[in-house]
Amino acid sequence: MKPLGFLRATAIGLGALSLAASGPANAKVEGDTIILGSAISLTGKYSTNGIHAQNGYELAVKKINEMGGVKVGDKNYKLKVVYYDDESTPARGAQLAERLIKQDGVQYMLGPYSSGLTKAIAPVTEKYQIPMIEAEGASRSLFTQGYKYLFAVLSTSEQYLASSISLAAEIAEKNGKKPADVRIAMAFENDPFSLDVRAGVVDDASKYGMQIVVDDKLPRDLSDMSATLTKVKALKPDLLVVSGHSKGAATAARQIEEMRIATPMIAMTHCESAGIVDKFGAATNDILCPTQWAETLSYEDGYFGTAADYDELFKATFDGYKTVPYQAAQASAAVLVWKDAFERANSLDKDKVRDAIAATDMSTFYGQIRFSDQGNNIAKPMVLRQIQDGQYNVVAPSKWASHPVNYPRVAGQ
Amino acid sequence: MLDNLNLLVLAPLLNVQLLLDGLFIGAIFALAAYGLALVWGVMNVKNLAQGDFVIMGGYIAYSTGELGIHPIFALIFAPVIMFGFGWAIYRLVISRVVDRDLFTSLLATFGIAIVIQQGLNLIYGSDVVTAQSGFAIRSILGGLVTVSDIRVVSFVLCAVLALGVVTFMKKSRMGQAIRATAQDPRAARVMGINTDRVYAFTFSLNAAICGAAGVLITMIWVIQPFFGITHSIRSFVIVTAAGFGNLPGVIVAGLGLGVAEQYGGFVLGAEFQQVTVVGMLLLVLMWRQVQQSRVRQVVR
Amino acid sequence: MNGERTQLMLCAGVLAAGIVAPLLFPNYTFQLAVLWVMILFALTWDIMGGQMGYNSLGNIFFFGAGMYICAIVQVGLYYDVAEYTAHFGAVKVDFTEQQYFTGLALGLVAAAFGSVVFAVLFGMIIFGLRGPYFAIGTLGIALAAGELMGAWDYVGGGGGISLPTYPGDPDDRALFFYVLCLVAAVATFAFLRWLYSTRFGLAINAIRDDEDKADAMGLHAKAHKIIAWSIAAFFLGISGGIFGNMTGFIEPLEVAFPTVTFGIFMVLMALLGGKGTLWGPVLGATLFHLIKEVTWTHLLGWQWVALGLLIVVNVVFFQQGILGWAKERWPERFGIKVDRSTGRRTVTPEARREAAE
Repeated sequence: MKPLGFLRATAIGLGALSLAASGPANAKVEGDTIILGSAISLTGKYSTNGIHAQNGYELAVKKINEMGGVKVGDKNYKLKVVYYDDESTPARGAQLAERLIKQDGVQYMLGPYSSGLTKAIAPVTEKYQIPMIEAEGASRSLFTQGYKYLFAVLSTSEQYLASSISLAAEIAEKNGKKPADVRIAMAFENDPFSLDVRAGVVDDASKYGMQIVVDDKLPRDLSDMSATLTKVKALKPDLLVVSGHSKGAATAARQIEEMRIATPMIAMTHCESAGIVDKFGAATNDILCPTQWAETLSYEDGYFGTAADYDELFKATFDGYKTVPYQAAQASAAVLVWKDAFERANSLDKDKVRDAIAATDMSTFYGQIRFSDQGNNIAKPMVLRQIQDGQYNVVAPSKWASHPVNYPRVAGQ
Repeated sequence: MLDNLNLLVLAPLLNVQLLLDGLFIGAIFALAAYGLALVWGVMNVKNLAQGDFVIMGGYIAYSTGELGIHPIFALIFAPVIMFGFGWAIYRLVISRVVDRDLFTSLLATFGIAIVIQQGLNLIYGSDVVTAQSGFAIRSILGGLVTVSDIRVVSFVLCAVLALGVVTFMKKSRMGQAIRATAQDPRAARVMGINTDRVYAFTFSLNAAICGAAGVLITMIWVIQPFFGITHSIRSFVIVTAAGFGNLPGVIVAGLGLGVAEQYGGFVLGAEFQQVTVVGMLLLVLMWRQVQQSRVRQVVR
Repeated sequence: MNGERTQLMLCAGVLAAGIVAPLLFPNYTFQLAVLWVMILFALTWDIMGGQMGYNSLGNIFFFGAGMYICAIVQVGLYYDVAEYTAHFGAVKVDFTEQQYFTGLALGLVAAAFGSVVFAVLFGMIIFGLRGPYFAIGTLGIALAAGELMGAWDYVGGGGGISLPTYPGDPDDRALFFYVLCLVAAVATFAFLRWLYSTRFGLAINAIRDDEDKADAMGLHAKAHKIIAWSIAAFFLGISGGIFGNMTGFIEPLEVAFPTVTFGIFMVLMALLGGKGTLWGPVLGATLFHLIKEVTWTHLLGWQWVALGLLIVVNVVFFQQGILGWAKERWPERFGIKVDRSTGRRTVTPEARREAAE
């Protein structure tokens, strides 16, 4: 006889487990608590930033609950977020979104970390018509799909390095050169986010007629980019742009120092989350870093106070932060949008709340939030900061600039 | 791609930079590969956790730096810690798979690799880390080529370490016992050698060598918990190409791989730097097949 | 009890469970669909790993290859692929219902046969390798494929490619893909059950037991190996096509060629259930997937450590797997007669035919 027993036992086990797990099929509101759901990267390659985002969500939830919660009708609700770990992989993220919606009955979603994960999850929330406010997926392609239930509080990725291109053009003109004479070297990680940033840079560069002399893609397991930098050294571009999440920033910062790259202007993303100032000190001076948010900006709201207040509260709540990464700030902002939308909709019906989200127009510590028809936030600019004597100072756009830009870079000369 | 080749012709000094970078890093690859050749040759265990041992050594260097001690001193205690770790792994797992079929040891060490990388991820997080040597950086040949002192130092240290291990294998009692066991374990046992101890020592020695290689890597490149697999594959490429018990071969293959990677990254683009490593593996395997088929043998 | 009848009843039972499950637990359709994919993984790995003694670490290659071939066909039939991917999914294309299903059907067929072509090509190169070299070589193929696809802009490179969206209700969609997964897995099982009962099954067993002798006896080992690999590739290619559409967004490293997750899971599941048996991989995959789904999300990082430990423990202490262990424990139930006085075990004639299963 064949091992019938095992399979029968398995079948029975399957049934029992499924029954046990299928309890809360309608858990959008438990008692006086509104349940938000999020698949977030707690392990895997995005876990550092995933945890920043989770901390941001938690801080906002805590703050809102302390301030009395969310008032819908004449009842005050507390907020709570259910998390699953998506292991930084899109396939897993899509499965977990399905699970949050179908099995846990979540009706209100917060986004995952990174554009890739958001790209995988957005189709799921869209098909179940579950509104999702995300704070970490910046890829433009998310907002050209006609999604009705996806909203993003952050600026889209083509804006990350756009201001560094226009800054380079400005400086060229000031020095009596044409913007078209500017030569650019690019190194971008081969992932959805960085490629989208790259597309933005390419668009802007061609607008000015600038010439791209190096166009390398960095691999996932990036531990060395000296081959790319050797090219940069030989071709002497006027501007070097790098984007590859935290590891790209760390690797680039280290090897730019080591290889004495004398490019007069260098811009890279994720400087703050890579902590390059702490790691590499003075060698990072005059590097330009785009950011979604800075604690020195004059934004303000009724929950956290000013951006600086948020910065302080965040550092007091979570250990080990020397600077607050913008990934955390925008995550908190997403939760604020949920609260605001629930109260304006004055209902827990997901479609009414969705319409309220679409009509959002609020000022937060993170900046103004107003969504386009495509769902991206069009009211908040990106700012460009420069590392000056170990401090991040805003240098562009001029409306927000607190310091003049240092050009050319001193380090590396 | 042609642009890049053209660039190399127009500015021949770039070749110097690529060659130097490749040789300096290749020396470290060769060091780790030598450890693998040892384990492979003596105990016939294909250690897929090789790269993760390297990364572990790297994190020891990082922790040393965090404690305010210069990371170069990790070169003293990383091998010691790794030796102990290797011993524990041998007692717990490897001793039970030494005489089993080869896939067993391959898969078991793969499991160990996953445990190590995920354990490191839990302790240190997934961000890249480095250990800063703070050594000087020199520009030579009119500034177009830069050499950081740490690369030179690590190159010298690699040579010293390799020399030390070779002398040990030649002169010491244990070294002789290891070589005897590699030649014929049964005969060695008959002659009164405790082969189990020899195996344990060999495996631990390998872990210690990897630890040292990891310390050096972390002072030159950056590391992350998940970078181990590429280092494992590098070691496999080198050992497969050179054959075990062939130290000069390992050194040449190691340096060659380092240079090939730099050129691959430069000519084809950085996205192909890792493909170069894996591509070399497949090429080496194919070449070995052709070689073996001439004598009507298969690669096993 | 008659072995043949038990077998059939077991098959019927599992099939019935497969049909009833999504109706009983409609909220779990997606996870159940993945379960069938896992079963297919373990079954196809076992053709080589268990029955033929060639342990591949890179079978996931065919999964990814199928996924990309299917995607290219689906998009390419009605649209310029390069233009579709050039904007990283920024262009939105609406596929009509008819276009969608035609594309999917043709895509899956192309995925299956495309994977077979790859299996034959790589098989010619790699089957000169034995044992650990074969394992490392296949691992190399899978890793290289992921990196190379990431560098190929035509299919979106590292930015990935979004697949056409299912026209219709989300619940229908879940059920539709569930049925596809179920059919693929059941077809694989049925085919392998038949295959292992033929002369081909005996031939690949002979290769496992002693390839050189088998070759010397006039068995064309290389052809058999390539055919066995092609069979695995055929079904894996289909599963890749289905899984890609089920996920909706594919990208080379994490979705299409997940070497260290799915690629290792398939080995582990087959070993867990008992390699070289027909039911072992099914059992192993079911257990593994169940445990994983129930515990995985609650372990927060430790799940991976646990996975590594599971591999080590499984390989070192429990390599025969559950079915292998059961065979040792209750030999009579598997048709093996034990002479109590001598401990000699003989296989009964009717059990011999099932032995391959």
